[in-house]
Amino acid sequence: MALRGMRPVYVVSGGVSKFVKARPDRTFQPIVKEALDYALEDLGLEPGRARELIDGSVASYFSDHFMRQLMAGIMVQDYLGLCPKPSHRVEGGGATGGLGFQEGWKSVASGLMDVCLVFGWETMSHVQTWKGNEFIALASDVSFDYPVGGFYSGYYAMMVVRHMHEFGTTVEQMAHVSVKNHTNALHNPYAQKRLKLTLRDVRESPMVAYPLTRHDICVMSDGAACALLASEEGLLAIEKATGRTVPRVVVTGIGRGTDAMRMSDRPQRDVILLPHEKASDYKGLRYPGVHSFRAGRMATKQAYQMAGLGDPVKDLSFVELHDAYTSSEIQTYEDMGLCRYGEGGPFAASGKTFMPGIDYGLKLQKQGTIPVNPSGGLIACGHPVGATGLMQAVFALWQLQGTIARHFKDPALQVKSARRGAIHSHAGTGTYVTVSILERQS
Amino acid sequence: MARRQRRNRPAAPSRRPDPPEQGGGAAPSRIPETLEGSVVFRVPFPESLDDLKGMTPIVVKWPYQIDYIHSFGQDSPFFAGLANGRLLGTRCPSCDYTYATPRLACMDCGAPTDWVELPKVGRVHTFTTCYFGSEAFLSECPFNLILVEFDGVDTLFLARLVGVAGNEIRVGMAVQARFVRNAKFKPTDVYFVPRDRP
Repeated sequence: MALRGMRPVYVVSGGVSKFVKARPDRTFQPIVKEALDYALEDLGLEPGRARELIDGSVASYFSDHFMRQLMAGIMVQDYLGLCPKPSHRVEGGGATGGLGFQEGWKSVASGLMDVCLVFGWETMSHVQTWKGNEFIALASDVSFDYPVGGFYSGYYAMMVVRHMHEFGTTVEQMAHVSVKNHTNALHNPYAQKRLKLTLRDVRESPMVAYPLTRHDICVMSDGAACALLASEEGLLAIEKATGRTVPRVVVTGIGRGTDAMRMSDRPQRDVILLPHEKASDYKGLRYPGVHSFRAGRMATKQAYQMAGLGDPVKDLSFVELHDAYTSSEIQTYEDMGLCRYGEGGPFAASGKTFMPGIDYGLKLQKQGTIPVNPSGGLIACGHPVGATGLMQAVFALWQLQGTIARHFKDPALQVKSARRGAIHSHAGTGTYVTVSILERQS
Repeated sequence: MARRQRRNRPAAPSRRPDPPEQGGGAAPSRIPETLEGSVVFRVPFPESLDDLKGMTPIVVKWPYQIDYIHSFGQDSPFFAGLANGRLLGTRCPSCDYTYATPRLACMDCGAPTDWVELPKVGRVHTFTTCYFGSEAFLSECPFNLILVEFDGVDTLFLARLVGVAGNEIRVGMAVQARFVRNAKFKPTDVYFVPRDRP
């Protein structure tokens, strides 16, 4: 996975709509426009000039069922005033946003476009929560899996029960992730669910699918996000138009992986090793089974290799990862090599993935080594599926620009001297996963 | 800008009287008024168009119901097996890899696989109890889901576990397959119970 013949791609600007339970005040197109307007205003780029400079777009949204509207992508392209420029829709379950981001990267890296807009959204409030769960569960095999009791929280619950069995992971360790992400979100005005919780609050909230409670699980959301990507030429053209210098944040690595749709079909073999690991680390571990995400490991390996990363805890300043469940955040620590397989539970409770300088009401041994989901992640921000992976890209961009205080009207979540960050987007029960590395150039 | 808007504004409709009824069976020029599909009969409307952006959104209910004609295709023998009290998987003749949930092509080597009968007893590989669910299954909550592992079989099988409380289920618990008498041609035509149950 070398970058042969590819051009550097810069993340120039981004915007996110406030994520909420329901946005009946707008149809989906103007919600996306809110995110774009913010990105352009932040850049200082006049809206008419922006529409001249943008060469094309990628539309990122998951489900046609939520709106009962096919071809919704073109309706946004049209509303934003981007016709007749090229565009296409990307869909890959929960990883839709991450895939969309990488498609935008490809459009620029390949030389096809100098400026590419990636926009994403989901408006999930158009059906009731339980019908929404049914639509999401249709992203499982409708012949063999869905009819047995199609419910994603049930699938993730089975995966973490096996993780607990293999490695001794505990529900209290999972609750640490919930407390961390909900507390972080208190400082993020874009987040939907901003709560100060205790471990006990998490465990005593209603059980959804054993051992996952309401506070272990992300919520459905209405929201949009967009990221503006550019080549060196595109960036210079934007700077000429705005008369401002844009901080150089470049995408240094991308990776993707896949796994079997039915988790019952996943093999039990040897661990795929990251650059900083050895086979002897995992003697006797049958992998991935249903306790780990092989797709996440593959995506990580490719992205780290492309970006030239060694130990990610040393080489990354922060990670925004797909915590649809507290359990999957712990599983993803391992897939991304932040700790070894099996150590995710104690790693979660150690405090290393918490933000430094924030009081979580917990006794943590070591706080803030490698902040994970400083934004609050999906669990607290919400998960408007097609927007989620792009929301991560925007929050990562603001971290690397050092502009979190300006955007969040609160400096608490700014990772000090953030130089390199990873974003991770994840679909199904781990069927498509993307990892992208963003880096600030000095 | 303001001038262009004025130019584009359509001419005010003239209050022309309805055309007189024509003889010779001409098409009616008015859609008949019925109550069918009506949900609300008056909505407020402001005096000034400037106030329209502050209007409360109109939210309506759109029903959607559809019957799919779904074929199980090459997997059909699995469902025929369940209807006859037989649990079928597949095995790769080339590498011997055995699938509990049937696949007619081997994931490893791509070879066509053969149908084989699975054991009716296995163990709980992992489990959960769902207290909430998708709308289609809400009335069945709480229910137990398990992944079953079978001796000599490489992959797992998703099923319901009945006859046991959620807090009694353990990884490794021995379970036995049972079949519904009146097959529904769904994977739930087979379900599992703890092996020691009568």
